[in-house]
Amino acid sequence: MIEIKNIQKTFQGKTVLSDISATFEQGKTNMIIGASGTGKSVLLKTIVGLFEPDAGSVFYDGRDFHQSNRKEQKIIRSEIGMLFQGSALFDSLTVADNVRFPLNVHSKMSESEKDDRVNTCLKRVGLEQAANKMPSEISGGMQKRVGIARAIVMKSQYLFCDEPNSGLDPQTAWMIDQLIHEITDEFNLTTVIVSHDMNSVMEIGEYIMFMYQGLKIWEGNKDTILDAEPKELRDFLFSNKLVRTFKGMQ
Amino acid sequence: MRRLGEYLIFLWKMFSNRESFSTYLKLFFQECVTIGINSLFLIGFVSLFVGAVIALQMAYNIVSPLLPKYIIGLATREMMILEMAPTLSAIVFAGKVGSQIAGGIGTMRITEQIDALEVMGINSASYLVLPKIFAGMVMLPALAVLSGALGIWGGWLATIFGDLSPVEDYIYGIQNQFVAFEVPFAIIKAFVFGFIVTSISAFKGYNVKGGALEVGRASTEAVTTSCIAILAADFILADTLLS
Ligand SMILES: Nc1ncnc2c1ncn2[C@@H]1O[C@H](COP(=O)(O)OP(=O)(O)OP(=O)(O)O)[C@@H](O)[C@H]1O
Ligand SMILES: [Mg+2]
Repeated sequence: MIEIKNIQKTFQGKTVLSDISATFEQGKTNMIIGASGTGKSVLLKTIVGLFEPDAGSVFYDGRDFHQSNRKEQKIIRSEIGMLFQGSALFDSLTVADNVRFPLNVHSKMSESEKDDRVNTCLKRVGLEQAANKMPSEISGGMQKRVGIARAIVMKSQYLFCDEPNSGLDPQTAWMIDQLIHEITDEFNLTTVIVSHDMNSVMEIGEYIMFMYQGLKIWEGNKDTILDAEPKELRDFLFSNKLVRTFKGMQ
Repeated sequence: MRRLGEYLIFLWKMFSNRESFSTYLKLFFQECVTIGINSLFLIGFVSLFVGAVIALQMAYNIVSPLLPKYIIGLATREMMILEMAPTLSAIVFAGKVGSQIAGGIGTMRITEQIDALEVMGINSASYLVLPKIFAGMVMLPALAVLSGALGIWGGWLATIFGDLSPVEDYIYGIQNQFVAFEVPFAIIKAFVFGFIVTSISAFKGYNVKGGALEVGRASTEAVTTSCIAILAADFILADTLLS
């Protein structure tokens, strides 16, 4: 379980996050949604410690991340897996070495144990045949799957995904969503997904938090979202519906 | 001035909170190979020709019969060792290796690969940059020594094929009035330049914000800023060490 309390973040006098609190439960796919530029990525990066919040705290199962010392942070970090918006694979390493990378950093496994673990993870995302390819030689959807394999290789407990299906065709996007959902179930992860794709929200959103201009406006789940009150959220949903209808017409 | 402050903070961040020594050792050797291979040919080529041209121009300038012909060898040696080998190598090095470092690290920044390292708990600045800096400080002096040797050899070739003077005069010239300190001086210069080029280029790449355009700009800036810093350091070192 991850709790965030009263997070605030300002960049050069511009408030990007104001007083955001939420609880992301274990074994659930938690989603942060909102329009472009509302601070979703900044929130995610603050939770994983890439940004220091100006105020507020992030608790990983009770451990206050930003108050921890380096050693404690490193332990928490070894339990975090993150899938970046553009996959962020290391382009000088093969697929297998990318997945192996966190093991080299954190784990005391022997080389053959690492081999096994890498194979298991690549198999889990269906990419064992691409192990020796370079990231530039595989498709965007495959890169995302490698990113997921790299995120879970440490037997992580927390999985963060920034727009996991941006830039993918609907079918591949659906497959990535399902994969994240299944993995969350299978390993009982605390998963936090940033998205503005309504399809995935309706498919896998077990907890949904809606952000608008740095504020948390609404929280709920996929069953309650269509009856939500706030006007900003209704506008957001409606515009997306419009887009879907438009897509259907084409 | 603010950039200078940021640069110093960047250096400090890099040297504090490092990864394990064995991690660096492996990366260091990889970088040495990459950096060495990358600039070896160009620096060798440039040095050979510069040495030859110096010899040719010296011969052209010696009109007075009172000046002995061995001056050609002596001048080629002096100019190559004191100035051309370390400084010219460093400038070529900035163009080849510096731009590549800035481009590579800048791309890692905009594609969030640096964020990925940080999330894993790695000090990305030192993990990516330290091995490059140390490789630069080892490889550039080695390349400068090679450059000096090739330059003097270039002068020898020019002497023979351009029929500038008897070869014995050239050989005598490159040995005459030799000050032994010039070689360590040149190596110290190359050592400092190696640090300057790699650290400035890495700094430029590490702080890229935006997209591909900014990465390209950082690459160019890395080369220009490195060249200016090389020449400034060249002046300061000559002023302090040779007086
Ligand atoms: N490092 C930074 N320095 C200054 N401002 C920043 C920084 N990162 C983000 N911002 C600003 O914070 C605001 C929120 O950005 P953020 O990337 O979180 O949006 P987002 O909700 O993820 O949008 P998108 O859906 O387009 O990814 C933007 O106005 C952006 O300009
Ligand atoms: Mg974003």
